[in-house]
Amino acid sequence: MSSLIEIKNLSKSYVRGKQSIEVLHELSLSIPKGDFVALMGPSGSGKTTLLNLIGGLDQPTRGEVSIDGKRIDQLSGNALAAWRARNVGFVFQFYNLMPELTAERNVELPLLLTGLSAANRGKRARIALEIVGLGDRGRHKPKELSGGQEQRVAIARALVADPTLLVCDEPTGDLDRKTADEILRLLQTLNTEQGKTIVMVTHDPKAAEYAKRILHLDKGQLVDDVSNKG
Amino acid sequence: MKYFRLVLAALFAKKIRTTLTLLSLVMAYLLFGLLQAVNVLFNSAGDSFSGATRIVTQSRVSFTQSLPLRMLPQIESVKGVQRVMYQQWFGAYYQEPRNQLVAFAVDPLRLKDVYPEWKMPDAQWQKFASTRTGIILGRQLADRFNFKVGQQLPMNSNIFPKNDGSKLWTFEVVGIYDGKDADAQRQTGVMYINFDYFDEARQFGKGGAGIYISKLAQADDAERVAREIDAMSINSPEETKSQSEKEFNLNFVRQIGDINLIVNAILGAVFFTILLLTGNTMAQAVRERIPQLAVLKTLGFTDSSVMWLILAETLLLIGIGAALGMALATVVGFGLAGFFQAAGSIVDARVWAYAAGSVLVLALVVGLPPAWRAKRLKIVDALAGR
Repeated sequence: MSSLIEIKNLSKSYVRGKQSIEVLHELSLSIPKGDFVALMGPSGSGKTTLLNLIGGLDQPTRGEVSIDGKRIDQLSGNALAAWRARNVGFVFQFYNLMPELTAERNVELPLLLTGLSAANRGKRARIALEIVGLGDRGRHKPKELSGGQEQRVAIARALVADPTLLVCDEPTGDLDRKTADEILRLLQTLNTEQGKTIVMVTHDPKAAEYAKRILHLDKGQLVDDVSNKG
Repeated sequence: MKYFRLVLAALFAKKIRTTLTLLSLVMAYLLFGLLQAVNVLFNSAGDSFSGATRIVTQSRVSFTQSLPLRMLPQIESVKGVQRVMYQQWFGAYYQEPRNQLVAFAVDPLRLKDVYPEWKMPDAQWQKFASTRTGIILGRQLADRFNFKVGQQLPMNSNIFPKNDGSKLWTFEVVGIYDGKDADAQRQTGVMYINFDYFDEARQFGKGGAGIYISKLAQADDAERVAREIDAMSINSPEETKSQSEKEFNLNFVRQIGDINLIVNAILGAVFFTILLLTGNTMAQAVRERIPQLAVLKTLGFTDSSVMWLILAETLLLIGIGAALGMALATVVGFGLAGFFQAAGSIVDARVWAYAAGSVLVLALVVGLPPAWRAKRLKIVDALAGR
C-alpha cells in the first residue's frame, strides 16, 4: 500500500507562560492509505497533538507532515483551511454538532464550502446519514438524539465531503460500551468497505482492537507500533 | 445566501435572549424613526423654499411685534428687491383649539408674485384678490379637513378679535393652491387670508404686519439687501432684522428650544443603550459558541469567513429589530402626519435611509469585537477549552 501520511522528525512545543513544553519530539511515522490506526498512550503523551498536526489543525514547531504527497506543514491560514475541507473528516469525543441545526443541516455544513447547489448538498447529506444508519433522523436536532446517534451524525458530517482521511479524537469516550462498539464497527466498515484511512486517538484498549495498527506514544515519542490482526 | 440559514440558526440559538434583544431594538428603532423624522422635518423647515432669493424682515425685538405698513415703499425701493409682500400671523384654529392652523393675512397679488411656487388657477387668484372675505388653502390643509372651494369657513383666531369683539371669523374658500414641485407640495399646509379685509375688521394692530418678505432679483444680493433694509430703520422705534427665509423659518421653529439638540441627545442615549444591549448579546453569544466556531474552522471555514458570519449575525439581529421598529414608526408616522402637516407618514424614505445607515454602523461597532475574537480563535485551544 502507498503511504498516505508521512511524518518526518516532527516536533511540537507549546509555550505556557514563560515555559516551553515539548509535546512531540523528533517523531517519524508512515501510515499507508486505507490503514486504520489507533493512537494510544498516557495523558500528555502527545496523541491529540499528533492527531491535530495530521489533521492540519495545528502547525509543527519542526519537521514535516505530508498527506498524500502534500506538505501541509508548509500551508497556512486559508490554504490549510481549504485543504482540511477537501481532505479530512473530523470526529470529536463530544460530537460538536451545532445544536440549533437539524442532523441533516449539520451534515451539510462542510458542503457549504463547495460549489454544490442546495439540492445537491441536501442529497449528499441524506446519503451520508443513510450510510451511518440515520436516514430517518435527518430532521431531528441533536438534543432529540441519543449520544450514539449524535456521534453517527458527526461521522456522517466527517464523511459527507468524501475525504480520504478521517481523524477521530476519542470518538467513543463519551459513550457506553455497547454504543461505543457500534460506532467502532461503523468506523471499521468505513475503513474496510469505503477505503477511508482512519487515525483514531483512544485511551480504551477495547476500542483500539478495532484498528489494524496500534501506535503507542509516550513523552512525545513513538514507543511501540503493533499490527493488530484481530 | 447559502450561509443565511446558518446565521439565522445561530442567531436564534438562544430564543428568549434574542427575542428580548429584538424587542428592545424594535422599541429603540420606533423611537429613532419618530425622533429622526422630527429631526429631518425641522432640518428641512427652510430647505424647501427658495432660500436666499427671499429676505424676511421682522422687528428687531421680536416677530410678534408688528412693523408699520408705511415701510413697504421704502423696502421696495432697495436696489435688487423685485417684489415685496407683507403678512400677519392670524393665530387660527378650526372648531377646537387643538386644531391649530397656519394662517397668514396677505396681499393676494403680492403673495402670487413672491411665491411663484404656489400653483392655482388664475381665476382663483383673481377671486382671492377681489373677495374681501376670501381665503385660499394649501392642498394638504384642504385634504386634511376636506375643505372645498365655495365653502364658508368659520375660523377662530386666538389673537385677533374682530371690531365687534368676536374672535370667530367667517371666510369663503375661493381657491386651493398646490406646489409646483414635490418640495413645494409638502409645504401646502398653509392658509392665506385677504389682508385688506383682515386689517379693516380686526380690533387692534391695524396698519401693521408681522413681517415683510422681499423677493430678490438675484440671490447674490441677499446679504446686501438685508443690510440696506435694516439700515433704513436704524435708531428708529421700528428697527428691523432681515435674514434669509431659511434662517427665519429655522429660528421660528427654534422658538420652542433647540429641537435638534434635544432630539440628538435622546437619539444618542437610545443608540448608546442599543450599543450596550446588542454588544452584550453578541459578546455573550460568541463566548458561548467558541467550541462551535472552532468546529466550523476545523471543517474548513477560514478565519475571515467565521468573522463574516458573526458580523452577518449582528447585522441580521440589528437589521430585523430596526426593520420592525421602523415599520412600526412608519405606521405611527401616518397618525402624526396631520400634526406635522405632512403628505404621508412623517417617517419617510430619508428617515429610513438614516436608519439603514445606523444599522450598518451599529452592526460594525457592535459586531466587530466578537467577530474579531472569532477570527483570532485558535482551533486547538478552543477545542481544548483554553
